[in-house]
Amino acid sequence: MSGFDPAFDPGDATATSVHAALVGAPKIRMRGVRKAFGGKQVLDGVDLDVAPQSSMVILGGSGSGKSVTIKCILGLITPDEGVIEIDGVDVLKLPRRDREALGDRIGMLFQNGALFDSLPVWENVCFKLLAQKRIGRAQARDRAAEVLAQVGLAASVGDLSPSELSGGMQKRVALARAIAAKPDIIFFDEPTTGLDPIMGAVIDGLIVDCVKKLGATAVSITHDMASARRIGGQAAMIFKGRIVWEGPAATLGHSGNAMVDQFANGEREGPIQMELRR
Amino acid sequence: MDLVLNPLAAVGRGVLGACRTVGNAALFALEAVSHLARPPFYGRLFLKAFFEIAYFSLPVVALTAVFTGMVLVLQSYTGFARFNATGAVANLVVLSITRELGPVLAGLMVAGRISASFAAEIGTMRVTDQIDALTTLSTNPMKYLVAPRLLAGALAMPLLVLVADILGVMGGWLIATLKLGFVSATYLKATFDFLQFDDVFSGLVKASVFGFVVALMGTWCGYNSKGGAQGVGGATTTAVVTSSILILALDYVLTEMFFAQ
Repeated sequence: MSGFDPAFDPGDATATSVHAALVGAPKIRMRGVRKAFGGKQVLDGVDLDVAPQSSMVILGGSGSGKSVTIKCILGLITPDEGVIEIDGVDVLKLPRRDREALGDRIGMLFQNGALFDSLPVWENVCFKLLAQKRIGRAQARDRAAEVLAQVGLAASVGDLSPSELSGGMQKRVALARAIAAKPDIIFFDEPTTGLDPIMGAVIDGLIVDCVKKLGATAVSITHDMASARRIGGQAAMIFKGRIVWEGPAATLGHSGNAMVDQFANGEREGPIQMELRR
Repeated sequence: MDLVLNPLAAVGRGVLGACRTVGNAALFALEAVSHLARPPFYGRLFLKAFFEIAYFSLPVVALTAVFTGMVLVLQSYTGFARFNATGAVANLVVLSITRELGPVLAGLMVAGRISASFAAEIGTMRVTDQIDALTTLSTNPMKYLVAPRLLAGALAMPLLVLVADILGVMGGWLIATLKLGFVSATYLKATFDFLQFDDVFSGLVKASVFGFVVALMGTWCGYNSKGGAQGVGGATTTAVVTSSILILALDYVLTEMFFAQ
């Protein structure tokens, strides 16, 4: 996000609007998004702007509301309150059909891949294109081979079942599925979780390359700092259901924000105290 | 006073919870059925589910029907012999099989196989985010996972029950002729002369309803499963138990309807 103002306070709604105006209309805009499950307030007024063709990383500990945030944007969870806009359109007010049409422009890489184990890899990769009848089955095989090559996998992998793949290969296939329909917004949920550091770096590199090639807007959630620095141009930290900091991903660990620096450096002492269940 | 009210409150909560569950299941079924009338249609998934139910359940349903027919002949012969009415054995067997035992026993067998299979498959998809993935891939999970299975259940079960009817009667005929000394032609004539279209038809209607219920419970329990392996296991158990009980309860309701006619 060019033109970033380090003094920007994302918790301040007016400042957020001004900030967005300075850098152009955001691709994704969240204001006052709240969501509770039972008595637990998971999102407590999330305000976030993601600029077009930028890469935003949302950081936060387990249970801080990262996944719920992107599930709200994706429409998998309906927030209790707030506004979520994509390209200036309030997606929460869209009729179901339009909401589904909006989904055509969005790709998602799930934490555990979420590949369909009843389908071979090539059908997984081209699932959206086949479901929308944008291509036939014969063409889909060729398209799958093409996309698999982009994530460094041989075309022969297309005939395998997801259960025959290693964790790293599954992640690559999931990435291939996320980019196959050439979306203009892609979400990555913990893309490197469960991978060794080298494979994590490889996946991060592929994510950066694919997002750049597509010219897409990327939103990733992670608590892997190395991954956050590699993927993110911008970073935001969520704590207790609110965005408490936003800044360049390169400054993670020396941002000047005590919470972010404690989290990024993995320090026990600091403003963030692990809550023990009472 | 609390001693009186607390149990009543618990009963009230239970009733409200049951009503909520029934309502949710009904809405789930309505939504799935509504997708059958709106494109896109997933013919491949329907055929897969149809084949799974009709073809792979055939051995267990066939064995159940044959043995039921065999036992029925022996039991009814024992009873009818006490008042010299063994000539009615063939009539009783064909009526019991086509109207009652064919659809109910096939339904229970299919409930064990298919409800469990649907609940486990869809439940696993739920807990591994595959259902959310479907949504993000512009595919309605109800249309993709549930609607084809419900249609397949409702259409495949009558075929299975038709086979069960034939094999059940054949099992009875086998024992009647080989063990009890009935004349084959007489036994078969008594069977077909007595059989009416309504007997078979009512059984097939029951079968279609049972097939729908079995598929509905399997998909509904799987779709709403939570947690990990334990949640999927619980969903599978609930699907089998609920669909079995519903088959028996609906059997009474449907019999009452046909009986009234």
